[in-house]
Amino acid sequence: MPSDFLSNLYVFILAGFVGFELIKRVSPLLHTPLMSLTNALDAIVVIAAIIIAGQHETKLSTILGLIAIAASFSNMVGGFLITDRMLRMFKTGKQPKKS
Amino acid sequence: MNPIATQQLIDSAYIVATVFFILSIKWLSSPASARRGVLVGEIAAALAVGATLANPELTQYKWIVITLIIGAAIGIPLGMVQMTAVPQRTALSHAFGALSASMIGIAEYYVGVPHVTRFGMGEIGLEVIIGSLTFTGSVIAAGKLQEILPQRPIVYKGQNIVSLSVLGAALLLAIALVINPANTVLFPIMVVVSLLFGILLVTPIGGADMPTVISLLNSYAGFSAALLGFVLNSKVLVVAGALDGSSGFILSVIMCKAMNRSFTNVMFGAFGQVQTAAKGTEEARTVRSASAEEAAGILAAASKVAIVPGYGMAVAQAQHKVRELYDALTKRGVDVRFGIHPVAGRMPGHMNVLLAEADIPYDRLIEMDDMNSDLPQTDVALIIGANDVTNPAARSDTSSPIYGMPILDVDKARTVMVIKRSMNPGFAGIDNPLYYFDKTLMLFGDAKGFVGDIVRELAGSNSH
Repeated sequence: MPSDFLSNLYVFILAGFVGFELIKRVSPLLHTPLMSLTNALDAIVVIAAIIIAGQHETKLSTILGLIAIAASFSNMVGGFLITDRMLRMFKTGKQPKKS
Repeated sequence: MNPIATQQLIDSAYIVATVFFILSIKWLSSPASARRGVLVGEIAAALAVGATLANPELTQYKWIVITLIIGAAIGIPLGMVQMTAVPQRTALSHAFGALSASMIGIAEYYVGVPHVTRFGMGEIGLEVIIGSLTFTGSVIAAGKLQEILPQRPIVYKGQNIVSLSVLGAALLLAIALVINPANTVLFPIMVVVSLLFGILLVTPIGGADMPTVISLLNSYAGFSAALLGFVLNSKVLVVAGALDGSSGFILSVIMCKAMNRSFTNVMFGAFGQVQTAAKGTEEARTVRSASAEEAAGILAAASKVAIVPGYGMAVAQAQHKVRELYDALTKRGVDVRFGIHPVAGRMPGHMNVLLAEADIPYDRLIEMDDMNSDLPQTDVALIIGANDVTNPAARSDTSSPIYGMPILDVDKARTVMVIKRSMNPGFAGIDNPLYYFDKTLMLFGDAKGFVGDIVRELAGSNSH
């Protein structure tokens, strides 16, 4: 078993716990924005796609990498955009309306 | 700068990005700080992407920049969709995320072969299987939500056996590849079989189960990204994937609990298909119906009103009319609150977003348990486009397919009013005894039109 695997597993387990504790606290009011935000964060795979495409090892790997860049970057841009749009809509009754 | 120093700088940027990701989710916990959460998320993403572009291993930039622009050009319109289209947009974004993860996994395999280790092959195999099935599964889910594909469950005999055999085949191929990673013939077959499994997995699932399915696909998409982090030895991917995966997982558990069902039941139960004709409908049960004028009179005389919205409100795009009703009643001093069932709509939190879009203050949107303790003191419960989540059979009728599911106890209110197109049973085909109670008034009509009529009646009676 490569040592990288164990250190990654270590990080994965800790991050999983942190995620679990944080997400449990998110109000059900915000479950839709939660999903679109985590989706945008998950789109960080774009960095792996950039490296695969940019290293230009084979034609196939470059093309697959480029498809991955387009797919994940669209998630990143769209995910942050829609999350912010949704959150702007959540207003309390008391405060004067501003937009 | 020497390459080692550059690499350390890039890695430091990734560490900062990882911390910001965690803060981003932490701040999302309440509406007051949530937008700050989005901002740090954006900074983190920009930082990580910027650092990656500075990587000296990159030999060409032209196509990277072009595809980034293409990605943004796809992403911006998808970020601007209407709130009613958010469930299908979300399913589509899970598809994109999974597509991206499996493309990278496939590329890693072909770049590495024939030097892929057995252990590495196991990681890649698992990653590509999950990524591929999530891709096709999410595309099918998006198609159902967009109503390009039928929302009802599509089932055939022996379906679960077929689906599970396909999954088994994908896993066997992965094992064969672990034994001999250089077998480049088996790899594409494994990919195709996984894609097929995704289709088989989601096609039989009905529209009403979409909140769970979307959450589960979210979880898979996250875990495939985390696995990719293992493959590439990238901690920032492991963390982002673990956060996304656990978020989807928690949401799936919440959705399942809100329907009193297990994962297996949602995935393999084809809800809403079997029991349609199960119970012989007792004929000639009478219902009381009322006009918009009568409904307006009852609402105006109430001091406490609970509105329970469901998917029907989204379909009819009635949320803005509901807002007018809320305004008209609030102006008369009526206390109006909204009871939100966790699985109302097509994805977690769907109703909250629609009502927030219509400018209803979020402190009026009440979770199921809090609403239930308040319903016995409520004068009128007005149900708009919701059905199963208000069905009292879930509490009392052990033979009901939804028995045990937590519901909004609208029948405890003094008067119940239900806006519904006709007496046809709802999506899941389960009869709702609520409609036959003496205290229940059926308001037959389109949700948007009927709420509009009530608002007009309230405005009219105001003037004299």
